[in-house]
Amino acid sequence: MEKVDAFAELKKNRTAVAGLILIVCLLILALIGPWISPYNPLVPDPINRLKGPSWTHLFGTDSLGRDILSRVIYGSRISIIIGLIAVSISLLPGTILGLLSGFYGRRVDEPIMRGMDIMLAFPAILLAIFITAILGPSLLNTMIAVGIVYIPHYARIVRSSVLTLKEQLFVQAVRSLGGSNLRIIALHIFPNTISPIIVYATLGMGTAVLQAAALGFLGLGAQPPTPEWGAMLSEGRQYIQNAPHVAAFPGIAIFILVLGFNLFGDGLRDILDPSLR
Amino acid sequence: MLRLIPGDPAHLLLGEFASPQEVARIREKFGLDASYPYQYFIYIKHLLEGDMGVSIRSGAPISQEIFVRFLATVELSIAAMIISSFIGIMAGVISSVRKYSMFDYFAMIMALVGVSMPIFWLGLMLMYFFAVKWGILPMMGRFTMGMEYHSITGLVILDSLFSGNLHLFLNSLRHLTLPAFTLATIPMAIIARMTRSSMLEVMSKDYIRTARAKGLSYRTVIFRHALKNAFLPIVTVIGLNFGLLLGGAVLTETIFSWPGLGRYVVDSLSARDYPAVQGCILFFAMIMVIVNLIVDILYFYLDPRLRIDGKG
Repeated sequence: MEKVDAFAELKKNRTAVAGLILIVCLLILALIGPWISPYNPLVPDPINRLKGPSWTHLFGTDSLGRDILSRVIYGSRISIIIGLIAVSISLLPGTILGLLSGFYGRRVDEPIMRGMDIMLAFPAILLAIFITAILGPSLLNTMIAVGIVYIPHYARIVRSSVLTLKEQLFVQAVRSLGGSNLRIIALHIFPNTISPIIVYATLGMGTAVLQAAALGFLGLGAQPPTPEWGAMLSEGRQYIQNAPHVAAFPGIAIFILVLGFNLFGDGLRDILDPSLR
Repeated sequence: MLRLIPGDPAHLLLGEFASPQEVARIREKFGLDASYPYQYFIYIKHLLEGDMGVSIRSGAPISQEIFVRFLATVELSIAAMIISSFIGIMAGVISSVRKYSMFDYFAMIMALVGVSMPIFWLGLMLMYFFAVKWGILPMMGRFTMGMEYHSITGLVILDSLFSGNLHLFLNSLRHLTLPAFTLATIPMAIIARMTRSSMLEVMSKDYIRTARAKGLSYRTVIFRHALKNAFLPIVTVIGLNFGLLLGGAVLTETIFSWPGLGRYVVDSLSARDYPAVQGCILFFAMIMVIVNLIVDILYFYLDPRLRIDGKG
């Protein structure tokens, strides 16, 4: 019953619908990319280098003559995968740490949360830069770095939900019936923390895409010739004076994807967790 | 952990064709030949004496290098903070007063656009339009190369005012405009959204109705009664945004070749200058702690109830 209501409310929420449309459009683009992209995104064409937008190359070409539209289409696959994997990396340990920390209290809570506080003391992008530098610049390491940086955010959100939930009557009832701690956490507390996790993970997808693109822009993410949006922007920076289109289109693509996740996340928050507003 | 970064700094410093003897000499000079725990112990010992070591790249004391660059970042961050706070608070106040008006919708859409925008892209686009295409503002740097500048505080804007150099003042102000606006975008959007929601909550309170019933002007009620009470969450957000500004500075400084701490971190990392990176990490963490402390102190100033309770 509740699921039906949430879906009905989702349809009524214009912000969420607008966000969902943007995400679905980019998702379709990513899925059918290889069939619709007009050129091979990796093959250089030196004769047509740095050509502006035209009917043959709708978004123009880059410094090696590669079609920017094709690269943007292929880049959507990479960015969506980055978002999904990075969020999964922060979600799993973040949720487990938050559950343990909130449920067991002091002795477990203190070391976990102080550790999280230390991570939060650094600006996110700086921490991600340091982690990527240690692991080495690559696409996979970018996802790991962005994922690690956001673990404390999930841990905090889950912990605060658990702190309220563990005092509730239904938890005490399960305990008095002899339910083990593991059973209480896994079957009774965890399912009730899912709403805030979904909201934060959706908003987190946008943040992860942005952070990964920033690392790519700084040369710490995907390496050439991978058509990753951040790395494409970094290349475009060198030609900003005479070929601004090289930087313009990957940036617009990042913006649309992040806007989609932010709109959808905002809408979901209004529906699933009004307390976070 | 930084020692796990692949690549040997001695090799990077001397180049590909350095002899093993030269590499060994550099490794010994910078203590890179010792074990990691020993290197760590020595580093902590020196740190407690206020010595962050010397940069492998330049050979200069790191604390000195960080300080000079930090001042450039401070100048940029303060300018961005002023812009984001002023525009963000004003937009939030007008949005809350004219709830569901065209302005409200426009401001909130812009706020959402602001938080979704990659600032490194925005910076490049601003640079293209304002510097390359229209030629209104300079592309990069803190002031035009070759201009006479005597450092007093390290902040070019202030120094030019102190020395009465109006030409340098206007020049540095023009150089600051694009990076500061770029850096201000995300905090501006967050502050606008927080101000709106905080103001809407306060505006529904009884004392606001009382103030209006007393016959006070609308402007007085908004700015002296409502905004003052809505300020606590706004200050928190401004304080928390300082971390965003420091992080954003890495990207903004890279785009606009601003000689600040953010760019220094990126350059030091690519040169494997471990002591410089270590110094920067500590410095950033220290700044964040100080900013959080200032925000806590501001709470006491803004909310007298906290002073009476004696609780933070």
